[in-house]
Amino acid sequence: MSIRPIDVMAIPLKSTHFFIFLLLLSNIFTPIISFGLTIEQEREEFYEELLLRPLPDRKVLAHFHFQSTAPSSNSNGRHHHLFPKAISQLVQKFQIKEMELSFTQGRWNYELWGGFDPISSSNAKPPGVELWAVFDVPQDQVDASWKNLTHTLSGLFCASINFLESSTMYSAPQWSFRPATGNIRYGMLPREAVCTENLTPWLKLLPCRDKDGLSALMDRPSIYKSFYHSQRLHLTSNKSGPEGMNPGIILEQTLTVVLQPNSQRTSMTYSGEKNVQPSWSLSSIFGRKVSGRCVLAKSSNVYLQLERGLVAELKKNKNNGVGNIASEGFWSGTGFELSVRPDKVFEEENSSHRRGSSVLFEFSVDKYSDSQPFDLGLKWKFPVTWSSEPAPLHASRFLMGSGNERGAIAILLKSADLNDASLGTCSSSNGYKFRVDVFQVVPWYVKVYYHTLQLFVNGQPKAVGDVIEKIHVSPSKDKISPGVMEMVLQFPCDVKSAALTLEFDKGFLHIDEYPPDANQGFDIPSAAISFPNFYTSLLFPGNCSVDKSPMLSKFQEKNPVLSYTEVLLVPLTTPDFSMPYNVITITCTVFALYFGSLLNVLRRRVDEEERLLKSKAGKTAPLSGLLSKLSAKLRGRPQETPQSPSNSSSLISSKLLLKVFLVAVLAVAWQYYFG
Amino acid sequence: MAKTETEKETPKMKPRPIVRLGIFLISHSFLVSVVCCTAGVLALLLLPVLAKNTYISENALMPGSASSLLSNHDIAEANRLVNELSSLNLERKDAGIESQKILARYMSDLGAEVSYHKFHPPQNHFHPLHFFSSPHSGIIGENFSCSSYGVNTVGIIRSPRGDGKEAIVLVTPYNFGRSDSSETLSLSIAYSVFSLLSRVTWLAKDIIWLIADSQYGEHESVAAWLRDYHTPSFTGLVSLNADACVEGNNLYISKDNSVVQGKISDGFGRAGTMAAALVLKVTDRNGLWDDTLSIYAEASNGQMPNLDLINIVNYLAVHRQGLHVQIQKFWSDLDLKWLEFLGKTFELLGKVARSLNPNWKFGIPASDYIEGTTTLASSLYYQALGIPTGPHGAFRDFQVDAITLEISPRVSSNNKARRNEFLLRGGRLIEGVIRSVNNLLEKFHQSFFLYLLTSPSKFVSVGVYMIAFALLVAPLPLVAASLYADANELDFGMKNDKYTPMDTASNEINITFRSWKWLSAAKEVFVVHIWGVIVLLLPYFICQMRDWSPTTSFVSWVFLAMLSLLILYLILGSPFSHGYSLEKGEWAMLKSVTISAIFIGLLLMSVVNFATAEIGALLMVPMSLMAQPLKPDIRAASLRSFFRVICNLVLGFVAFPPVTFFMLKGIFEGPDCINLGDFWNWLESLWAWNSATYIYIGMVHLPCWVLCIHILLHSC
Repeated sequence: MSIRPIDVMAIPLKSTHFFIFLLLLSNIFTPIISFGLTIEQEREEFYEELLLRPLPDRKVLAHFHFQSTAPSSNSNGRHHHLFPKAISQLVQKFQIKEMELSFTQGRWNYELWGGFDPISSSNAKPPGVELWAVFDVPQDQVDASWKNLTHTLSGLFCASINFLESSTMYSAPQWSFRPATGNIRYGMLPREAVCTENLTPWLKLLPCRDKDGLSALMDRPSIYKSFYHSQRLHLTSNKSGPEGMNPGIILEQTLTVVLQPNSQRTSMTYSGEKNVQPSWSLSSIFGRKVSGRCVLAKSSNVYLQLERGLVAELKKNKNNGVGNIASEGFWSGTGFELSVRPDKVFEEENSSHRRGSSVLFEFSVDKYSDSQPFDLGLKWKFPVTWSSEPAPLHASRFLMGSGNERGAIAILLKSADLNDASLGTCSSSNGYKFRVDVFQVVPWYVKVYYHTLQLFVNGQPKAVGDVIEKIHVSPSKDKISPGVMEMVLQFPCDVKSAALTLEFDKGFLHIDEYPPDANQGFDIPSAAISFPNFYTSLLFPGNCSVDKSPMLSKFQEKNPVLSYTEVLLVPLTTPDFSMPYNVITITCTVFALYFGSLLNVLRRRVDEEERLLKSKAGKTAPLSGLLSKLSAKLRGRPQETPQSPSNSSSLISSKLLLKVFLVAVLAVAWQYYFG
Repeated sequence: MAKTETEKETPKMKPRPIVRLGIFLISHSFLVSVVCCTAGVLALLLLPVLAKNTYISENALMPGSASSLLSNHDIAEANRLVNELSSLNLERKDAGIESQKILARYMSDLGAEVSYHKFHPPQNHFHPLHFFSSPHSGIIGENFSCSSYGVNTVGIIRSPRGDGKEAIVLVTPYNFGRSDSSETLSLSIAYSVFSLLSRVTWLAKDIIWLIADSQYGEHESVAAWLRDYHTPSFTGLVSLNADACVEGNNLYISKDNSVVQGKISDGFGRAGTMAAALVLKVTDRNGLWDDTLSIYAEASNGQMPNLDLINIVNYLAVHRQGLHVQIQKFWSDLDLKWLEFLGKTFELLGKVARSLNPNWKFGIPASDYIEGTTTLASSLYYQALGIPTGPHGAFRDFQVDAITLEISPRVSSNNKARRNEFLLRGGRLIEGVIRSVNNLLEKFHQSFFLYLLTSPSKFVSVGVYMIAFALLVAPLPLVAASLYADANELDFGMKNDKYTPMDTASNEINITFRSWKWLSAAKEVFVVHIWGVIVLLLPYFICQMRDWSPTTSFVSWVFLAMLSLLILYLILGSPFSHGYSLEKGEWAMLKSVTISAIFIGLLLMSVVNFATAEIGALLMVPMSLMAQPLKPDIRAASLRSFFRVICNLVLGFVAFPPVTFFMLKGIFEGPDCINLGDFWNWLESLWAWNSATYIYIGMVHLPCWVLCIHILLHSC
């Protein structure tokens, strides 16, 4: 008897153990089961990556890359695990095939920071907001979709993207901006100020926001203190995915920042060691450390990229002749020192670039935690100078002329030190020409005369037909649409400099069309110059880890080199904005005078008046007599009427004088006592 | 005109009141003209009293709201640069190129983009058709000698987070061949500011530092740079030409010893639209009691920069750096009794007014009045000349607000501490102004563009100074109308009894004939104006003679002018040989048309250059109003007519342009330094700078003076 209760007790105990066991079992197996499911049907995924790259002018480029993917077949109904619902709704509602939105502050320095790599051609954006979208709707609904999209994005990102709704602000490039996509709309807001209010909604799209993972590095003061920052959102949706592409929506969010490492720059500059690059670490440039990955991310990696020029320079410096750069000893042996041992080292396999090949160090953040945060540091051992790879032609754009009447836009393309392989493709095959695509949107109030297009190649004027292979111009319509110019230029291979100028007249705006701060001038958005013969691609040896990383696979894509020119500021004639008041006053005066005299003329009957005067001549009413006397006095002539005694006129004048004097005295007294 | 015949039976139609007012004024034109002219001169003299204190109109400027960041460290750096430059100057022969290289190296070490700009100084040609034309139509000749070209050094700091749409320009003229210590001081001030600006984070606009090669003139180099900035030539001929010249001494620093930080490019360095420009100069003219800052603002044809630019400079110099600010003025050493008397009178009047009502702020101390008047006079004179008073004038041609700041230290001692303090003051002033302009979102537009300065902190706006001019020219149309009426014996129905009425029996044909009589007078005026144009163009031929001295040129010019007048009279018929020249009304008609021509000319000129019109009106209006044939007055031999003759002669003498010039020169510089060639030089400078004043003198002033003299000598 005494055992039984124990037995009774034991059974429930056992059963609970069993249940716990079962639970444990299920917990262990669930991922396996679910993994099995992903093989059949892709799950939503999220990747986070950070690329760091020292720049030649002692700055550091940090490039955050977040990618979320959602499968097209929504197994969870309208809900998502990781993918931001706002974006998927956006895609569904407006049938977006592809979209890119970028917020940028500062200028990308194409000369110093490079213009030939994937980051500079896809992440160097013009200042302000740039938005383009490709819609999967019939032609006639594209504009409506675009307008709705601008308003939605405006609300989503706390920016005035809704100004792109107006048809004067966007354009439909035919072929030069993106190759052959019909339903594309493109708009730019160069004056949009970018700040943390735009970053916060952008971060909200990330599953970990900025609470965990790599995005935790985004310390607002250090990001907005940067020399260039550009946040970008790229959206691709493939509903059917027939070409074996992963179907669904791919959301790619990047933040590109150029930062000045927080070293004692002044002392460095003046101490004579001018060429020593500043040493930096993640905590010194961002003020924060990475305390582990975002648990929802499938992979979370940090990369350190050394540019081709830098690697070549380091190779030169390292005289011990160890050929294999990517070997283990490289990163500790030459020039610099890393505080964290990289997990992997990749070397670019493309050997066509004579300058060397870029090297990539991979650090996985998985193994770090709060107690042991990840803080990558780079310490230079001896001075090294290098230069980034520039774009084939450096494009700059400026205004010519002065005055408020007319001017000219000039685009100057200048070859940067093309002694390396970039032109090799051009010169090797004879007869092959150097192709440059230009896409430029000009607002309607800058009235460009496209027939005034002039071209100069190597300082010689050229006929337009010799150089331009293809041109598409849609002239601006006043207050309806901007002017768009797309052209394909073919230059000879030995082009050193090329310039093209377009003359314009400055238009007049209606007074209520002027924006606030109209006296600042008006912006001409950046022109996009692309070089279709040159591709930006960093090819790394076929490695499964490279393929897994979305950022690196993005780098491997063959995209043409693209660069943007400066935004231009055109001073237009601005009215004095207090002018309406003046105009109203003057017109009212003129109208009063006009109508007064008109009424006077209409009302007056000359004959009748004369008759009246005649009849009055005999009577001489006292009032009229007084008036005539007064007028006679004023005219300084003796009165003609017979009954004019001279004393009366003098009497009247003295009376008048007395009155005037009295009024004057009153006025003075008033002024003295009450004024 | 309401012309009513005096018919006794029918009572007169009363003309409209406005017409009556006009007729009244015309019939009393003598009184009106005396009153108006007196009032006009008086209003001009009252301007210093009416001047208002300047205020900063644009709120965004916020001058002096941030504390200065310029430290001794920057000054030390600047001193290092200066030492290097001065050590060069002693040793080398090609010191110019070397110092350019040093400057470029220092700039690029700061992280600035450096480029060189080569230019050829323009030849001094008389281009009669280039008045009022845009500045970039300057002709670049083909055959330049390699020896004569200047090289500007340009450094550009890109604003770290800006979008590069706008730029602020800092100019320091520097003579690379022979530079003195004060020019080097200006370089060091600019360099210290530049090195500070390369580090700061608040820049929203790019900074361009232009070291203008001033060996061919300060203005030329800046103008050439601006021309190439705004209208570059892509054909590359010019640069090739220059490159061929530089072959021997290549400027470009080879890549290996250059620092990666900055870039020394061979292209033309550009930034965006210019927001404002500051020209910085240091002179050795020792200030009397403190470091002195002189502001020069007048650009071509009397254009002024926005008043806000002067205001912030003045505010920062006075309230932050404690500099003594002045703008150029005349007669600083002359004591003018009448001016002092006038000042005291105004002071007294002001006191009386204040005792009546303490709210009436009228009247300034007499010493202030004299200061204000002299400054105003110089302000008027330099605007009237139409020649820019410094390199800032080149910027105004491209609608960029610019001023020249000329700082002179108290003592030009080599005391190092004193010099550093001076550098710090100058640098902080420049930094403050740049920071202020950097704050500006829009371009300068809030404050005045049309103003006269009576002191650095006082100005007279256009609304006030127009009154003086309007009062001066107001009698002209009235007198012209009244003369016309007199000559035509028009009866407005209310004539003064001064003139005997003509026979009423004059028939209609006679009236119509007489009413067209003004045509002959107009023809005469037109011919004289054509002669004026010819006189205007004569220097073009005279200056083809390169080896003529100014005196010879001037004499030949006078001779040619008289010859052309004679020829014109021979061709087009002399007005002296008219059949009805003995008629009494003839000279009156001529005077009427002349006065109308003066009126139109002055009004047109007041739009182009107000100050010229004002000074011209002061000279022309009394003379043209007084002008009467001398003969009857001499015959009359009364005191009144004698007085009139004297007045006429004096006014006619004074208003002759060369006489005016020599008189003014004699007053200001002493009678011993009058040289006939000076006037030629003066005029040459006028046309060389495309000043509208030259056209005014040739096409309005001189013909009208000749016509007035013609009236004086009229044989009636």
